Order: sequence, then C-alpha cells, then structure tokens
Amino acid sequence: MLNKEDFQRYNRQIIIPEFGEQGQERLKKASVLVIGAGGLGAPILQYLTAAGVGHIGIVEFDEVSLSNLQRQILYSSDQVGESKAQKSAERLTGLNPSVQFTIIEEAITSQNAMQHIEGYDLVVDGSDNLATRYLVNDSCYFLSKPLIYGAIFRFEGQVSVFNVEIENERGPNYRDLFPTPPPPEMVPSCSEGGVLGVLPGIIGSMMANEAIKVLAQMGTTLSGKLFVFDALDFSTYTLKVAKNPDNPISGNQVTITELIDYEAFCMGDIQPKKLKEITVQDLEIKLKEENIFLLDVREDYEYEIANLGGTLIPLNKVSNRSAEIPKDKEVIVMCKMGGRSAKAIELLQEQGFENLVNLKGGITAWQKEIDPSMDTY
Amino acid sequence: MTNGNKMKIAITAFGIAKDILQQKQIELNCSESASVGDVRAQLIQNFPDFEKLASLKFAVNTEYVADDYELSANDEVVLIPPVSGG
Repeated sequence: MLNKEDFQRYNRQIIIPEFGEQGQERLKKASVLVIGAGGLGAPILQYLTAAGVGHIGIVEFDEVSLSNLQRQILYSSDQVGESKAQKSAERLTGLNPSVQFTIIEEAITSQNAMQHIEGYDLVVDGSDNLATRYLVNDSCYFLSKPLIYGAIFRFEGQVSVFNVEIENERGPNYRDLFPTPPPPEMVPSCSEGGVLGVLPGIIGSMMANEAIKVLAQMGTTLSGKLFVFDALDFSTYTLKVAKNPDNPISGNQVTITELIDYEAFCMGDIQPKKLKEITVQDLEIKLKEENIFLLDVREDYEYEIANLGGTLIPLNKVSNRSAEIPKDKEVIVMCKMGGRSAKAIELLQEQGFENLVNLKGGITAWQKEIDPSMDTY
Repeated sequence: MTNGNKMKIAITAFGIAKDILQQKQIELNCSESASVGDVRAQLIQNFPDFEKLASLKFAVNTEYVADDYELSANDEVVLIPPVSGG
C-alpha cells in the first residue's frame, strides 16, 4: 500500500513504534473534512496534509483579507481578495502532491451539511461561529462521525474530541458540554473579541494531533475530556465531560432528531423581540431619502479605517453621552458586525430611548453588499 | 472555624466569564453547606451580567457537577463558557 516515496516522505513518523507503517497506511486511506480554512483551519490543513491524510475536504467560502494574515500563515499578502479554498488547496498541493483535495466553496448549512459530511471518515471543526458549531456537532452525531472540536477567544482555547466510539460506546458531544447557547453577546467571535495570532496555531495544531491519533488509532484522545488553555498565564485545565442527561440530541429526553435552524437557535428568544433591525440595503435608501440619525458605536481607529459618516460615540461612552443622541427622529445604531450596536441599544433603552434601530451585520455587511471598495479590517 | 460557619471558595473564570468577573480568579465567602446553585445565585447577585450565563455548567476540581453538588472548603470552581472563534 505504501510506496517508496511514502517511506521517504513519512520516515520520521513511520519509525515511531506507536505509529509505524500501519499508522501511515491508515492515514493514507482516510478522508477528513475540515470546516473553515481560517485561523484554526489553516494549521489543521497544513499538518494533516503534511502527515499524509489521503483525502481532505475544505469547506470555506471566504476570501483572504489583510486582517487574516496576523494569524493565518498559510496565506500570503499578494493573495488578499482571493478565494481561501482555492489558495489553500494550491499551497497544500505544493506541500504534498499525493493528497487529494475537494474544495467546497459555500457556507455549510442545515440543507447541505449532511451531504457534505457523509462521505468522510472524520470531521475537524475550525469554524468561527456558534451556529456552525452546533450544526456540525448535530450533523456528526446523526451520522456517527468522529468530530475534532476546537475554539479560540483572545488568549484562550478549548479542544475536545466528540462522538468517538470506544469499546462500543460513543463518547460525549458538544451538547453534553453546552446543551443550549447563551445569548449571542456572551459569545464574541475573533473579529469582535480579538485573538492573539499565535493562539490558533497552538490550538489548531492540537486539533490536528487529535485527528491523527483517532485516524491512526493510537494513544489516548481527548474523548470525554475538555482541554482548556489560557496562553496569558499559561494555565491549563483538562476537565472530564460526562454525558449530560439534558442533551437534546443524545440525552434522556431527545427533543431534536434532525437538523434545525441554527442561526435562529443561537440568537436566542429574548433579544429579537426588543431589537428592531434594518438591513444595509434599506439603510442605503434611508440615508438618501430620510432625515435619520446614524450612530456609530465603534472605536476611533475603526472609524478611521471605514465609516458611513455617522456620529461616533464608542460603546463604553454611550451611556454618559446619551444627551447627544436625538429622541425625536429615527436613530440607526451601527458597529462592525451588529453585536456592539445591539448592546448600545440595550443600554440606551434603559434610559428611555424608543427610537433605536440596529444595523444588521454592521459596516461589514455594508462593505460586502453595498460598497466592496470600502476598506475592511 | 474562626469565621463562624463560612468557607472560602476559589473561582477561576475563562472566556467571557473572566470579563464579567473582571478578573481571572476570585474568592467567594459562602456558608458552610453551600451548593453550586448557591454559588451561582451569589455570582448573579454580585455580577448581574452573570445572569446571561445562567445555563453554564460549573466544574469543581476538574469535574462538571450539577447545581445540587455540595461544596467543601478549598474547592476550586471553574467556569468555562462556550467560545466560538476559529
């Protein structure tokens, strides 16, 4: 099964007794679907490719942006604006031409997730939002696929292995840890909360390591355990994860038996009732035709990169400077992606404002859908 | 013993919980037979934003426990909210 080049290329791992020829053959026969080719996805893809996984699927619809390059060292500066899926596959093929790549250049959704995942032996989740994480978790549970989980925030990372069968018993899954999500403002993404560049390199490499162990059937994985790392003080915890009776897909009372609408599920049921929203398309019309007040709650430096001419009052000053905001006309509140502006509306509503509307998707949506020439960050 | 029937519980926070507590570690003074649920209620009282993490499970000395779990002095309670970044 292994050829001469394989023996040369993979020599350093084949000579490890626990791995050996058999481990290499298992990797060569294996197929892995990597969700996301971003901060986590990039190192995962690089190490799985280098290690000789036979077939790798890459799910990624985004383009390389300048703000990716602080951590996604798979890409280079001259690729800004180009397809991440295509550029990563090119680079990875250069690293190891014997690996077969399948590019899936679309968002993974409840409609396509099962089809995409079905043909692979194992899934690695390097996605960047909670809705996708629940979607991938539930799909892998329904299809009995092992799932390598990892997530990052600022200096912190989490790693675990879900759904792996050990002695005829399937290990826990993400919903054993978090059966339902907290409200969205409690789960900031990297673009909202920030991330240290080296962190996805550390956590992504750990995820690749777990994937290789599961596929090569060696060692002890993080199945039934959650590894948590804080790079700021180098503290680590490995917590035991037991099956949670409240897990709605695999607990005592199963209430979810097929994929659901994960965006709605992660938005929760508290916020949308109170929060009026407007799309960037409708804002474009209103800016031309109506006398509205546009309130931008981002920071000064963000405003300098790109703005829509709104009045700038950063979120942490909104409560004290509310006198500057009119109460007698419609106020549209905006930020980068819509999270901070929702928080600002909540704060202002406590002060009696009733004329506030949130800009859905923030200036990021404006840049994508109205003015692609606008600078991003 | 010196402090009547109070005991100290160390709390270590990750992710957004660290933001809410404004520090990585705090100590709470609890009654001697306090449960995890009591600690949760006390946290919500001291840090109202904590209410939004009400569904979060607490780990005590590296194991996730239910709200009726009775704490002992010097137990370490660890709060790990979900993070989504990738």
